[in-house]
Amino acid sequence: MSILLLAEVTESGLAVDATARAVTAARQLDEVTLLCAGGSIVDAAAQAAKIDGVSKVIIAEDAALAHRMAEPTTALILSLAEGYTHIVAPATSDAKNILPRVAALLDVMVISDVIQIDSADTFQRPIYAGNAIQTVKSTDAVKVLTIRTSVFEPADMNNAAAIETVDVPALPNMSTWIEDKVEASKGPELSSAKVVVSAGRAIGSTENFGIISALANKLDAAVGASRAAVDAGYAPNDWQVGQTGKVVAPNLYLACGISGAIQHLAGMKGSKVIVAINTDPDAPIFQVADYGLVGDLFDVVPQLTEQL
Amino acid sequence: MKILVPVKRVIDYNVKARVKSDGSGVDLANVKMSINPFDEIAVEEAIRLKEKGQASEIVVVSIGVKQAQDVLRTALAMGADRAILVIAADDVHQDIEPLAVAKILKKVIEDEAPGLVIAGKQAIDNDMNATGQMLSALLGWSQATFASTLDIDNDNDIARVTREIDGGLQTIDVKLPSIVTVDLRMNEPRFASLPNIMKAKRKPMEEKTAADLGVDVTPRLSIITTAEPPAREAGIIVNSVSELVEKLKNEAEVI
Ligand SMILES: Cc1cc2nc3c(=O)[nH]c(=O)nc-3n(C[C@H](O)[C@H](O)[C@H](O)COP(=O)(O)OP(=O)(O)OC[C@H]3O[C@@H](n4cnc5c(N)ncnc54)[C@H](O)[C@@H]3O)c2cc1C
Repeated sequence: MSILLLAEVTESGLAVDATARAVTAARQLDEVTLLCAGGSIVDAAAQAAKIDGVSKVIIAEDAALAHRMAEPTTALILSLAEGYTHIVAPATSDAKNILPRVAALLDVMVISDVIQIDSADTFQRPIYAGNAIQTVKSTDAVKVLTIRTSVFEPADMNNAAAIETVDVPALPNMSTWIEDKVEASKGPELSSAKVVVSAGRAIGSTENFGIISALANKLDAAVGASRAAVDAGYAPNDWQVGQTGKVVAPNLYLACGISGAIQHLAGMKGSKVIVAINTDPDAPIFQVADYGLVGDLFDVVPQLTEQL
Repeated sequence: MKILVPVKRVIDYNVKARVKSDGSGVDLANVKMSINPFDEIAVEEAIRLKEKGQASEIVVVSIGVKQAQDVLRTALAMGADRAILVIAADDVHQDIEPLAVAKILKKVIEDEAPGLVIAGKQAIDNDMNATGQMLSALLGWSQATFASTLDIDNDNDIARVTREIDGGLQTIDVKLPSIVTVDLRMNEPRFASLPNIMKAKRKPMEEKTAADLGVDVTPRLSIITTAEPPAREAGIIVNSVSELVEKLKNEAEVI
């Protein structure tokens, strides 16, 4: 077995958490060759070499790889793919953009959002917004997987893997990057935070998110939102938790004014402890909550912030 | 410019999927089925482009069982012009994998020669999030996934797309022909009016089979089991904020 894992690298460098969690999953199979691709990648690669379970880091540096565009990154991976039995990445928006493209050109199926590796060819993944877990056995020669990072712990960082630079092949140029609008979050990152405080439609405005942020600050938590809150423009899209947003599994998830639709539950059901604050005692969120408080979030949340 | 929109028939998003007790899959017999919500957004976007004069014709394509006629009729009632149904399975429980769907769509596209394909970013049943990317790869086209806005520059054959990515938003330009997969915030799909539902019955719907197109739909992933996720234990209702704080500190020990 030999595993090629696409490291998650953004403009701000290596996304250590996402990459190290995917390594934890992949190294159950064998040692991992980590591919760092980007416009300027040396620092990220040095960081990546520290991840335990990585036997080698490959650097592919080219201006055309700068923004993780699907077509050039796919061409790069295909140029390196020979000899690898598994091509893996954390299930980030970048990898979800790129790996199905890689799989199609290898004439194999992609296996998205893997939550458990049973063997070299057998994997578990959620379907139907997490209402069912499917175990699939791949008959393809190469397995292309994305890993749901929230269910794996990050690998430690005590390694010093070899770093090697590869030649980048001619890359296709069908798309042009224009801009990224990425807000640096003040607190911890949503997908790896130990505590998440989320609000739903009931929050009513962007300004009102202030009481949620105040509570989050107190708990050193990340702020999340339901789709309804994002659609209404109260919160940015990357705060969305759920089937089609981020999947989180913190120690503590506080859902404030969120009804608990299956699509939202899909993104937070794996949390260790769930707290729900809702005025409606029949809200479905209470069915998954360890602690429910029937009440108005505009009373409860400030009180909670004060008492902590 | 012709636009092609693939649509999938899936369990209605309001229905909770029930796992069959023998582990063989999710029970879809006598369950309400609908057009995949993301595909509905894709159809809406295509119609809006046609209404703005930027598209000439909208062809909707569904791949699966014969019953997928329903979702094609829905798309026609919304405003698509014509439909193609590619029958690839007899049993409603058989899901055609994204790779096979992409191969079938590629054949259809070689015939139809659209300038743009707008697809949903994922189907809410298998949650694969793969078909658009795979199709784009097989065609050798550009791709813009998870789109929340789409602006077409017909004169220069370029589409400008805002994409929802992990940290926020990304804007890219893609050369046409291209494949755009849509996210939830692109638009709010219209309801079909009764007269339009009647009119849709007379719109053309062509039927083919996967075999006609020479595509092998044998799954690459064999399904070993489908299981219920571990259930969460029922919790308790606390009566005050101070009780909540006490429980979180001393019982759950998470703060
Ligand atoms: C294809 C698809 C994908 C989707 N993906 C996602 C996803 O990824 N994430 C997601 O979240 N949703 C998703 N949804 C949407 C989902 O179905 C729900 O519509 C959404 O989660 C509802 O958000 P909400 O709970 O904030 O709003 P609502 O359902 O409107 O609930 C608001 C809640 O607030 C309570 N409330 C009102 N006032 C107060 C108050 N003052 N104090 C306390 N409580 C109060 C109400 O009792 C109610 O329970 C998706 C839907 C579809 C169709």
